[in-house]
Amino acid sequence: MATTVPATFQAHDDAAHAHGDHDHKPAFFARWFMSTNHKDIGTLYLIFAIFAGIIGGAVSGLMRAELAEPGIQYLTAWATWFDGKPAEMNTALHLWNVLITAQGLIMVFFMVMPAIIGGFGNWFVPLMIGAPDMAFPRMNNISFWLTVAGFCSLMLSAFVPGDATGLGAGIGWTAYAPLSTYGSQGPATDFAIFSLHLAGAASIMGAINFITTIFNMRAPGMTLHKMPLFVWSVLVTAFLLLLAMPVLAAAITMLITDRNFGTTFFDQAGGGDPVLYQHLFWFFGHPEVYIMILPGFGIISQIVSTFSKKPVFGYLGMAYAMVAIGVVGFIVWAHHMYTTGLSVNTKMYFTAATMVIAVPTGIKIFSWIATMWGGSLSFKSPLVWAMGFIFLFTVGGVTGVVLANGGIDDNLHDTYYVVAHFHYVLSMGAVFSLFAGFYYWFPKMSGRMHSEFLAHLHFWVFFVGVNIIFFPQHFLGMEGMPRRIPDYTPAFSYWNKISSEIGYTTMAIGMLIFFVNIAYALFAGKKAEGNYWGEGATTLEWTLSSPPPYHQFETLPVIDDKGHH
Amino acid sequence: MKPTPGKGMPVDGRYGFQDQYSPLGEYGLWMHQAILLPLITVISLFVLGLLLWVVARYRKSKNPVASKTSHNTLIEIIWIGIPILILAGVSIPSIDLLAKQYKPAPAKALTIKATGNQWFWSYTYPDNGGFEVISYMLPPEEAAKRGEPRQLGADFRMVVPVGEEIRVQVTGADVIHSFAIPSLWFKIDAVPGRINEKVMFVKEPGVYYGQCSELCGARHGYMPIVIEALPRDKYNAWVMTQSGGTIDGMPKPVEPAPAAAPAPTLVAPAPAATTAPAPTV
Repeated sequence: MATTVPATFQAHDDAAHAHGDHDHKPAFFARWFMSTNHKDIGTLYLIFAIFAGIIGGAVSGLMRAELAEPGIQYLTAWATWFDGKPAEMNTALHLWNVLITAQGLIMVFFMVMPAIIGGFGNWFVPLMIGAPDMAFPRMNNISFWLTVAGFCSLMLSAFVPGDATGLGAGIGWTAYAPLSTYGSQGPATDFAIFSLHLAGAASIMGAINFITTIFNMRAPGMTLHKMPLFVWSVLVTAFLLLLAMPVLAAAITMLITDRNFGTTFFDQAGGGDPVLYQHLFWFFGHPEVYIMILPGFGIISQIVSTFSKKPVFGYLGMAYAMVAIGVVGFIVWAHHMYTTGLSVNTKMYFTAATMVIAVPTGIKIFSWIATMWGGSLSFKSPLVWAMGFIFLFTVGGVTGVVLANGGIDDNLHDTYYVVAHFHYVLSMGAVFSLFAGFYYWFPKMSGRMHSEFLAHLHFWVFFVGVNIIFFPQHFLGMEGMPRRIPDYTPAFSYWNKISSEIGYTTMAIGMLIFFVNIAYALFAGKKAEGNYWGEGATTLEWTLSSPPPYHQFETLPVIDDKGHH
Repeated sequence: MKPTPGKGMPVDGRYGFQDQYSPLGEYGLWMHQAILLPLITVISLFVLGLLLWVVARYRKSKNPVASKTSHNTLIEIIWIGIPILILAGVSIPSIDLLAKQYKPAPAKALTIKATGNQWFWSYTYPDNGGFEVISYMLPPEEAAKRGEPRQLGADFRMVVPVGEEIRVQVTGADVIHSFAIPSLWFKIDAVPGRINEKVMFVKEPGVYYGQCSELCGARHGYMPIVIEALPRDKYNAWVMTQSGGTIDGMPKPVEPAPAAAPAPTLVAPAPAATTAPAPTV
């Protein structure tokens, strides 16, 4: 294992600026559009993710508005406005499928992943391992801009025909063949698929960058077993990306050739198999959900340790639980496909394998609680968000154990129970860890303190809101409401109304508080000290100023034997 | 048959599964209500309780000096071992349920083929002469007129006999659909180029509603599945009302059957010249 780097390592060409002139920043265009600085790229990723999150959240709002009452309330009007001509019923219904597709793709590929890996990963992996920058700064830059290009391609897809029925790609974020091949003839689907190619290429390059950085650029003395858990989480995530993304790329390339070049990989009429696409997609798709949550695990570990003023309980168990989750995550994919007609033995295997994931996840939950046990807790906003995460992720996790049972999934598959389950682990799991990390590190990144009062208020309003949105969806699913339908029988009205009107509105108010808090911090926030959280914050980023110098660690820090867990 | 309110359909504001009308549905429901639901509730409350205890006991004002404990092998073994035991316990009924769900239907069981189309279902009865029933969702006004739930009622239903195992074969004509009846714990995808088979058993007569459960294009939410389960004699009578419908290979009996004539209506096996070619889908 490489544990040291050459003392002369420089990410930038030394001749470009005087050595030791830390804050010599390039001019605006060069700094933000040709950036090679990991902190600037991290900031760009965070701004991009917030922007995409606003669009994705607005699409969620359109969906919840339509679902507030049975019947089609708004879709026809929206489709008429969007297409510029009076919309027929099928065009309105196609718009619904465009919305659900966009919401899923935006939230997964352009909100959670850019924020948690591109944003926090870029910002804090080099800082936490004592490195001056990422290993490949220019590749880092192209990763970001390819993500932006992918987002543009997805947005463009909304303005070209998806099918005879209307504009946009209405294939679901999973893009199952043959709905995504001969089932959607227009170019919109090609744009949507190509956006995944771009985002996927960006992710693969990002993964290579993180793996190289973490393996080769740790400060002297920082062995793998002394790395902060956030770095561990990004390392495991990077391996998942590196192994899963090419499979997605292959699957969607086969979709493109089926659509445009006459191949029949997924077309039964030519000897292909529609279910093959699902195997390929979920071989990527299941690791993908761990890609979204594992860095969150890392963030929560840092925060719980900081505000308990204790090292993380069971550090090695925590690190290898993430490795185990990553490994097992690759051999459970067909639990997304229980109703496709798998054989009984296959279903039994995937039931058993899926339940195994609960064990390392349990290790993490209990170790976080054990970290707080005996600690001296100060309930700053990041800890409050982290504790919210632990509880809500547990709720999302246990419904996962229910769904793992192939025999139970015969009823719950593709119902709102599944929607509730994955929003508990993602929009409460991943997103709570994002907000926890945001309040933890925002002053470090910006140099300005946010309002702790608003951060707590944001937590409580958002916590109540998302629970009102998603908890009743368990009941809808058990009663049999299918996913991805714009209209429903009146017997589903009660919970849908609560979810839409009370839940979404409350959640949206919570988000407003968040934006007010950012504005407050940027315009009126107090200047942040280097280590504003005090004695519990022990990782290397707290040894630097807030914000850190433009180039940090030109003299590498040396890690002593006490370690920095 | 008129639907019974609340039977075989969702009920507004309810907290759980629909009532089950098949033995495997009752088994699945039991497994959820007796094992999984208590288990997940206890685990969630346990974690919540630990968090609240930590908040109360280890806040800075109560515990100003943090301990330095960061390892305890025994407790780590406990929180790995106990979940393994719990999951092993859950897996026993789970695997048993799966095995029962895959028990094939007896050879003589009635076969019905359901085909998903954009955006309607068609049901073919190969054992009853191969006739086909096309089933579209009722428009809201028509559903109200017929006393059917909106978005769930269909113009023609899939009629099945009660109290016997039925071999349901499901396929898709264009894209993937999914054939689902929540109150029978029944869901299987309709995949083009494949025939998926699953055994259905309905315990009592009634009307049971479901919806397509795989995104299949614009009108995905507009292709309900309606099953009408009838006693065998009424089922046979219904078959005879269908054009080309036969029972046990015998064609429709000639209407005013002479009383004296020894009409061997349903006794003689007549293997030939019976199965009309199934209409292509």
